[in-house]
Amino acid sequence: MKVSLSWLNDYIPIDKESYSSIADSLTMVGLEVDSVTDRYDYLDSVVVGRIVNIKAHPNAEKLKICDVDIGSRVIRVVCGAPNIYEDMVASVALPGTRFPEGSVLEKGRIRNELSEGMLCSEAELGLGSDCSGVMVLDQKQLIGNKLAKTLELSDMVFEIDLTPNRPDCLSIIGIAREIAALQQTTIKYPETSLSDSGDKISDFTSITIKAPDLCPRYSARLVFDINIAPSPFWLQDRLMSVGLRPINNIVDITNFVLMETGQPLHAFDFDRLSDHRIVVRQAKKGETFITLDKKEHLLTPDMLMICDGEKPVALAGIMGGHNSEVTESTTGVLIESAYFTPVGIRKTSKKLGISSESSHRFERGVDPEGIITALNRAAQLMSELDGSNLIEGIIDKYSKINNAEPITLNIGHTNRLLGTGFDQDEIENLLKSIEFNVKKTGNDELAVVPPSFRVDIARSVDLMEEIARLSGYNNIPTTYPLIPAEARQPEKQLRLRNWLKKIMTGFGFNETINYSFINRLYCDSLRLESADQRRNMVDILNPLTEEQAVMRTSLIPGLLETIHRNIAQQTKSLRLFEVGKIYIGREKDNLPEEIEMLAGIWTGSRTNASWYSKESGCDFFDIKGVVEGLLNRVKIDRIKFTCMPDNSCTYTRPGHTAQILQEKKLIGLAGEIHPQVLRNFDLKQAAFIFELDLKAMSDLIPETIRSKPIPKFPSISRDITIIIDKDLESSKPLETIRKSGDELIENLYLLDVFEGNTIPQNKKSISLRITYRSKHKTLEDEEVNYTHKNITDRLLKEFDALLPT
Amino acid sequence: MTKTIEQIYEEAVKEIKSATDSESIKALSIRYLGRKGIITHFLRNISNLPLEKRPEVGKRANEVKKSLDKAFKQALKRLETKSLQKDYRIDVSLPGRTIQQGSLHPITQITWQICEILEKIGFDIAEGPEVETDHYNFEALNIPKNHPARDMQDTFYVSDNIVLRTHTSSIQVRIMEKLTPPVRIIAPGKVYRCDSDLTHTPMFHQVEGLMVDEGLSFGDLKGILTTFIHHIFDKKTALRFRPSFFPFTEPSAEIDILCVMCRGKGCRVCSHTGWLEIIGAGMVHPAVFENVGYDTTRYTGLAFGMGVERIAMLKYGIDDIRKFFENDLRFLRQF
Repeated sequence: MKVSLSWLNDYIPIDKESYSSIADSLTMVGLEVDSVTDRYDYLDSVVVGRIVNIKAHPNAEKLKICDVDIGSRVIRVVCGAPNIYEDMVASVALPGTRFPEGSVLEKGRIRNELSEGMLCSEAELGLGSDCSGVMVLDQKQLIGNKLAKTLELSDMVFEIDLTPNRPDCLSIIGIAREIAALQQTTIKYPETSLSDSGDKISDFTSITIKAPDLCPRYSARLVFDINIAPSPFWLQDRLMSVGLRPINNIVDITNFVLMETGQPLHAFDFDRLSDHRIVVRQAKKGETFITLDKKEHLLTPDMLMICDGEKPVALAGIMGGHNSEVTESTTGVLIESAYFTPVGIRKTSKKLGISSESSHRFERGVDPEGIITALNRAAQLMSELDGSNLIEGIIDKYSKINNAEPITLNIGHTNRLLGTGFDQDEIENLLKSIEFNVKKTGNDELAVVPPSFRVDIARSVDLMEEIARLSGYNNIPTTYPLIPAEARQPEKQLRLRNWLKKIMTGFGFNETINYSFINRLYCDSLRLESADQRRNMVDILNPLTEEQAVMRTSLIPGLLETIHRNIAQQTKSLRLFEVGKIYIGREKDNLPEEIEMLAGIWTGSRTNASWYSKESGCDFFDIKGVVEGLLNRVKIDRIKFTCMPDNSCTYTRPGHTAQILQEKKLIGLAGEIHPQVLRNFDLKQAAFIFELDLKAMSDLIPETIRSKPIPKFPSISRDITIIIDKDLESSKPLETIRKSGDELIENLYLLDVFEGNTIPQNKKSISLRITYRSKHKTLEDEEVNYTHKNITDRLLKEFDALLPT
Repeated sequence: MTKTIEQIYEEAVKEIKSATDSESIKALSIRYLGRKGIITHFLRNISNLPLEKRPEVGKRANEVKKSLDKAFKQALKRLETKSLQKDYRIDVSLPGRTIQQGSLHPITQITWQICEILEKIGFDIAEGPEVETDHYNFEALNIPKNHPARDMQDTFYVSDNIVLRTHTSSIQVRIMEKLTPPVRIIAPGKVYRCDSDLTHTPMFHQVEGLMVDEGLSFGDLKGILTTFIHHIFDKKTALRFRPSFFPFTEPSAEIDILCVMCRGKGCRVCSHTGWLEIIGAGMVHPAVFENVGYDTTRYTGLAFGMGVERIAMLKYGIDDIRKFFENDLRFLRQF
């Protein structure tokens, strides 16, 4: 909403100099001023010039070539105005000037002659209606000065960002009312000298409301013998001051009253109304209608239409019809001023995708008692046009909208909610300053009736806000609540999430956050099977782009996209992770299942080339190592990595993918991205990923930690090397040893794997290191040898293994 | 007994002299004085000597042992001194074998900072679904269908009754349905609005706060948020409360801080107003309490919400919100 100080000044005295403090105080009562600009800023490149020489244009009889002194230099201007003479002081627009009607002046050639500026008329500069010739300035004006400065043109315009609860401020008067309350002055409402008496109007027209629920009030007046013409300049100037473009006198008057009062009006060409009457009814099924922007709309029965004797002529409260709009040949108009039910207007406006100054106000709620005032204001202005004839009388069809019941306001409650100490009188005065009707009904109570334009005030808490707002939020004492010394542990999964993020960064991984929505095609890019539950995606009905049209069911596409973007920027070695939700769709009208996942990706090098090592690429065991380190740190043990059965994970490489199991529960996977998937994401280097389910992990994390004694006695290590089948998973012998449950075995790990020359084909050798320790004594060699031999024998037997020769 | 103690001593001294590093000295020391060392062995075998020779030889052997011990220590010292001389130095300007840490996303860092301050004040963290019913996101928060307040947030729809939550306020009603007052929760999380430009991304993060108890006032809301802002920015940050509108709070407020870029002079970041909107807040609307069956005569509540990206942009001087989700490593590693 734009308001100009010059227009505001019509209703309240405005000190132009203090515009910035007015803007601040409006912001501080809840009408946020977004920007303050001078409406004459467009005159910035218009200067005072003197014509020093005029000669004929060689190629055009009516044009002249003028040399114009603009202070700093003399420029050439081609001009066709009849009133120019040498030594004339005039306004000169320089290239770059944007005229009020929209065009931008450029340096150029007119009929082949250079023109470096333009001598302007009043009308061209938006400073008057005279378009007959160049605007003449006083001889005494200083050449080269800016025109705006010379003529003292300045008019500040506020752009106000209104909240939807304040439709009463969608007008100049509405804003003026707020300023009046702030400045404790009274507002001067425009007066109309029309009498409502007489009923000649009934001889010409009638109004029938068939849908009073959607249109509780409809009023009209008639004006005949109109001569459609440009508006008087003062009216055009008002409209231009708030950024509206003048059209013609009738349209301008309805727009003027709309801006002034906030009440949308519509003027119908009376002669184009069949039967010269108005019927307000709901649309018929299948009916179509062409609005004045010449677009055709298909109507549905919930839409309210303004009709004449036979057909719709306006989309009620939203936009007039092409078939009844005021044209140059119009001579009589019916002025509509009505109240339409907000929800009805909003539904229709949304459904048809049309939003207008009118619908914006109606859907927020206009002042039901301001309808006649606005109608009369417009009628008065039209009656002042040359030759026009206002028909006596008014038609006002009104089924009462709502009886304003007084709201009881308790002073004590008010002060308790706000933390203030207002007394009854103070509150009464604050509310009266914005035209609320207030009565004392007890020592601690007021009965308040808000004015009809304050459609947002319904209950006592709304009044409390008014009190807080008017007295100033910053004047309310700042206090601190007493909060009991209680503390609750955050949810386990939340703690785990934060913990994992810290561990991952410790491992050298950078956290990413990718959009929760992805392209549906990524299902195919990941080669998901048709039965994969990750194909049950949640569709967004109104996505911004196809790239963001469905909720993700995997974190992998986002990570692959991210490494692709980084590689394109020449960052080729990446360790990234994300903790976030995936969304598995369920039946319609059920919320999807939201599963929190941790996913990591490693691509490029493990170690960079340096003075102490060569560059080496990362591989499966790097990403597996990350997962092992992670699970170890959060104390999830008894983890097994087993080969992912082929086809169980379509986006990782078969035989290079492990499922991560705790006991028999699957908690995630680690693997290399499938080469086909790499190609689908336009990636040319291998990438290794893991995925873990946070809920599953958080269930496995021990609630408490019990410390164990540190061993007192020394340990003894023994290695063992056996030759086993190549296809046997190396973890199997280790499992066997662990399962043996010998209490002397403290630690066990795989030392080496070897295949090659000295080993038979289809075999491999593995070396294990076992650490033995007793809790009770220093172990003797013999005891260890005995246990070690037993273990060795068991392995040889169980895996049909051999000892190296 | 093949060698006399004197012979052993002479040989040892010779070997010590010719040793060039501390490792060989240590080995020698073990060879002579260790548990199975030559001297140790010699001493142990003294009992095989004739009785009358024992005292003299024993005495001498012990002297030798002491003297060798001393010689080993001196030799070690000598070699250490030598190793500290110039020829034995390394080039410390060579890069170390850096252990590179990763980085937490700036949004995570700011979210943690926000939550930490509010948890200290006494709020507990609560979470809820991101794909949410129209009821929890709008209706229960006093934003009926076909109300212009719906235009304040451009909503992504999944169906007529399911939306991507447009604010973390959707947690409010879910929590109040579960708990009886007092309630003190904060809800960090992702939210979604269909909007995309320099200052808007279709997904962003908010932290919502809700406190319900007897006797909470608008003054208390001011107190909590003043404390919060002084901690998340700094104690000198000037702030102001001004009226605004949210359907689920009444009175509603917008909290501005003095522009951190221009200190109030007016710049592009604050659209030349000198102030930056940072938090939306207010006293919980009685209609919301009625929706969850709280006694509006007994309880009052305060609620507030803030955008994490906005705070991160101000704190880190980031000019384009989209950078947060491009995940360019050169950006991420800065935090």
